Amino acid sequence: MSIFVPNGKAQREQMLDVIGVEGFDDLLTPIPEGVRLKGELDLPLPASELELVKEFKGFAARNSAADLVCFRGAGAYDHYIPSAIDNILTRSEFFTAYTPYQAEVSQGTLQSIFEYQTMIARLTGCNAANACMYDGSSAVAEAALMTVRATRKKRILVSGALNPRTIDVIHTYMDNGDFEINEVPFGIDGLIDLEAAEQLAEGGVAALVLQYPNYFGSIEDVQAAADLIHRHNGLLVVAADPIALGVIEAPGRLGADVVVGEGQPMGVALSYGGPYVGFMATNAKLLRKMPGRIVGRTEDRAGNPGYVLTLQTREQHIRRTKATSNICSNQALMALANVIYLTLTGETGFVEVAKQCWHKSHYLNKRLLEIDGITDVFDAPFCREFVINLPVSAEDAVVAMEEKGFLAGLPIPGLGEGAMMLTVTEKRTREEIDGFVEALNHYIKGAV
Amino acid sequence: MEKTIFQYSSPGRMGVALPVLDVPETAIPDRFERKESIGLPQVTEGQAMRHFVRLSTMNFNIEEGLYPLGSCTMKYNPRLHEFLARIEDLAAVHPLSSDSSVQGTLEIMYKLGESLCEITGFEAVTLQPAAGAQGEFAGLMLIKKWQDERGQGHRNEVLMPDSAHGTNPATSTLAGLKVISVKSNEHGRVDVEDLRSKAGENTCAFMLTNPNTLGIFESNIEKITEIIHDAGGLNYMDGANMNAMLGIARPGDMGFDVCHLNLHKTFGTPHGGGGPGSGAVCCAELLRPFLPASTVEKTDEGYRLGDRTGKSIGRLLAFHGNVGVLYKAYAYIRTLGPIGIREVSEVALINANYMKARLKPYYEVPNDDGPCMHEFVASGADMARKGVKTLDIAKRLLDYGFHAPTIYFPQIVKEALMIEPTETESLESIDAFIDAMIAIAEEINTKPHLVTDAPVNTPVLRLDEVKAVKDLCLVEPVEQ
Repeated sequence: MSIFVPNGKAQREQMLDVIGVEGFDDLLTPIPEGVRLKGELDLPLPASELELVKEFKGFAARNSAADLVCFRGAGAYDHYIPSAIDNILTRSEFFTAYTPYQAEVSQGTLQSIFEYQTMIARLTGCNAANACMYDGSSAVAEAALMTVRATRKKRILVSGALNPRTIDVIHTYMDNGDFEINEVPFGIDGLIDLEAAEQLAEGGVAALVLQYPNYFGSIEDVQAAADLIHRHNGLLVVAADPIALGVIEAPGRLGADVVVGEGQPMGVALSYGGPYVGFMATNAKLLRKMPGRIVGRTEDRAGNPGYVLTLQTREQHIRRTKATSNICSNQALMALANVIYLTLTGETGFVEVAKQCWHKSHYLNKRLLEIDGITDVFDAPFCREFVINLPVSAEDAVVAMEEKGFLAGLPIPGLGEGAMMLTVTEKRTREEIDGFVEALNHYIKGAV
Repeated sequence: MEKTIFQYSSPGRMGVALPVLDVPETAIPDRFERKESIGLPQVTEGQAMRHFVRLSTMNFNIEEGLYPLGSCTMKYNPRLHEFLARIEDLAAVHPLSSDSSVQGTLEIMYKLGESLCEITGFEAVTLQPAAGAQGEFAGLMLIKKWQDERGQGHRNEVLMPDSAHGTNPATSTLAGLKVISVKSNEHGRVDVEDLRSKAGENTCAFMLTNPNTLGIFESNIEKITEIIHDAGGLNYMDGANMNAMLGIARPGDMGFDVCHLNLHKTFGTPHGGGGPGSGAVCCAELLRPFLPASTVEKTDEGYRLGDRTGKSIGRLLAFHGNVGVLYKAYAYIRTLGPIGIREVSEVALINANYMKARLKPYYEVPNDDGPCMHEFVASGADMARKGVKTLDIAKRLLDYGFHAPTIYFPQIVKEALMIEPTETESLESIDAFIDAMIAIAEEINTKPHLVTDAPVNTPVLRLDEVKAVKDLCLVEPVEQ
């Protein structure tokens, strides 16, 4: 009998008796003999708690990545996670609860989502947000589909300076023969080519999708992009880095119609890529086209305020083939991590995190440019991530830096053999930054 | 009732302090700088903790009591697994790390994939899908790609029974496929003749939950999957109900070609108030070339993360799946082993059949022609005629300290109550739930207002969903 099952032999026999069968096998009569498994599954023998802890510590020991000093972003960021977050997340009441369909016994989840929606809307400069999506990239794809529904046009423009992984996800979601996806090139400054976008928008498009700051860290002119796409009756989708929004203007105030992004930087562990959480915000005229769950405030029978899932007629369990998305389970617990993160850092602390990322990234950039042979790849202002060109192979430099205890930036082969994209979060100290610069300098001198 | 966090805010309060900036500042150009404050709350850690702990006390949860949500498999979530998934060197690794620096994580992913293939009877797996619905999407896209590759790209129909989960038709739309609904027969199973008449040269795939959403095993499964194969389609199993047949029967042996598993149902990982889940997809060898990015391979030099290949359906998420969830699912399988994992389903079946047997004198159970699997569907249609709806019964259960079953689904049963106790409930807690259900059935006859007025023992009384839509309030208004 396993540790998960409380009903042993005695209880099972008693229950089978009430059911009115001779033995357990009588319950299997609906399963044809031909498809019943003969024999046992070929799985490892059971492990006790003690053994499993040892086994997992062995796995952990084979993960050297966690010990590296991280200068890599590209969609996942090494921010500090306040310890109070996990205290709340591991409360049974939050992590073992189901989707809040029975609102009267789910007010904790529902109110925290309402607060999450509020914070996401405020951060992005929009006036509505949903309860979350799977991750930042799938949120972008769902936003693109949303604009297609809203405009009844089948073509979208996608910035070439969007995270290539996100472009992949858009294609996975939209390459079903119904849609056309055109990529807008970026210029030598690292920003989307608005003239090219203007030309591609001719004939009507559902949306222009851009990233802000873009994949390379450069700060796009959202207002100009919004004006452009609105002239063509299309919508602007902005994939934003939430931390950056602590220092740069909210896209919703610059004309964006849908703002999405990856919530991982707000209190969610790197965890080799997941679970993460996508956010999605929009304005009144589009909110009924949004995918996913939405929480609204209402009243109970005594007139007291309370919260429920609302606008559910958009969703798959009611609308089926005509739903705004197939999403059901989302990443609710990670959205809860986001709302606690935004609460703990708060107005002052959140902006301070953003500013430290800005200042430290610029400091690293300046220090690197002091090294002979290192140049900036783009000249547009960046926020907290940037691309430099090394006089050596970026791939080789990454390997060398790993031996020195650093996770260097991500090589971007499309921009040249020496192209490397780096980021610095508030977690990095000046000593670590200087140490990295010195190690890289040393390596380059030896390699050139 | 708890105030919103914004109402605790006062300028200057902070919940976490940062180190003092130790590098020179670089000016933020005025044209980019955020002009107005964000509107985030300003509270101390103590205030934040009190707020969120108060909120938490307004949630029902699996550690509080029985959670009989049909098709949701609300089993106990082992505490050990939370600890394991949070071990620093497993949790703090960047998704774009070199393979050699994440061998531990890749090994867990590889071994989990192997185990899931063994459990389902398949050869290949992707762990990337974030949830069941994304697994369905991946599965249908695999089939579509396979059809394309063999010159059958014109096949644009997905057949599915009228009892299918809502995600199945919604996923088909997302995949650009047309849904053809197949009738259920008087026993709640797929009407084989109707299926035969609808399968044909446009059939891309057939989607079926087995056991189906009525908790009934599709006894004609071999015939059903054969009809689809003969018509040139492939069979997709929605694995939402896999908890019914672990170690007992395998989709790969029933003629299915691909299935998803909900690791957050069957493999004991928590639901998190709506997510994260994980919708791993297992498939037959013929679909392997089309798998999405982030497969894990074992080589002589160790484990390797694969990227999308030429034939791949692409990428579903930016990175490699809900890895933290995968750690827990692996720990679950390791704790149980081959005997223990079959025992899960055996006891799930016994618990469900026991509940059905004891409730049947009080609640109608349509389509009841033998043992159910891990869940069953009762109907409140009789009670509705007396003016008490299934919704009222669900709300009254909350007063008795239980969560409600899944209600109004499947749609082919009137006033449906879909009940799944799971194997982690003891006979004592199951009996207590049954007693509550019987008491409610009696109240409906004697004091129906107790049921229609419910709930009354909850943090709030019954909430007005119509008002929520009519007077839409989705965010806290900004204070003037």
